Amino acid sequence: MNLRRDVFQAIADPTRRAILLLVASQSMTAGAIASNFDTARPTVSKHLAILTECELLEQEYNGREVYYHVNPKKMKELSDFIESFRKIWDDRFNKLESVMKKYKSKK
Amino acid sequence: MERKTKIDAKDGKQELVITREFDLPLELLFKAYEEAELVEQWMGTKVLKLENKRHGSYQFETTDPKGNKYGFNGAIHAFVPNRKIIRTFEFENTPFGVQLEVLEFEQLTDDSSKLTIHTVFESVAQRDQMLQMPFAQGINMAHNRLQEIISKLK
Repeated sequence: MNLRRDVFQAIADPTRRAILLLVASQSMTAGAIASNFDTARPTVSKHLAILTECELLEQEYNGREVYYHVNPKKMKELSDFIESFRKIWDDRFNKLESVMKKYKSKK
Repeated sequence: MERKTKIDAKDGKQELVITREFDLPLELLFKAYEEAELVEQWMGTKVLKLENKRHGSYQFETTDPKGNKYGFNGAIHAFVPNRKIIRTFEFENTPFGVQLEVLEFEQLTDDSSKLTIHTVFESVAQRDQMLQMPFAQGINMAHNRLQEIISKLK
């Protein structure tokens, strides 16, 4: 449960969202990711740690280098939460449609 | 044909767009927003006030199955019959802030119409929180159900 809540916290931050977008296209080292931001390197490391903790990013060891890549399964959960929001509106609008169809036939 | 609701929420933006096509003539779709009695039926809320005019305002109150009450309110900036509503929306006592909503109503055919709701939030974080709410609630509900089952097993 906490894990999922962390996913929300993780994407609430604009820098972390930017990191996810950056890494989505290719695996990158922490240094390469940090070079894309003006933020201090330790701050970027902290963001990477949070993203890794909630499993949005995965680490991969290649010799001495650590590469980060996105975890597609976890990213899918993010699209699922928008799906929950969409479903609420869909249900609401289905209700609108049925209410108005009844209203029309009453007239 | 199944008409589906679409949500467009671009990453890092403080806005979202909801679109939906209806098997309803434009006038009927608009009426669903115009008349308090109809709003109550499809939104499942109590309408305390609904002044559909420029400088008007509205106030809704929804009660959940547990009896908790939730308030919603806003100011109406533009009300153009069968075309457009511009209003603010506030879910009271929540961290979501006040949103600006632009609702556009379009005729597709004699029997079908389209609604586009463009919502602008005060910040990206608030928009994301709003998007996450149903999912978070779903998880809580699943969690509660799980606890119920577990407590019965004991």
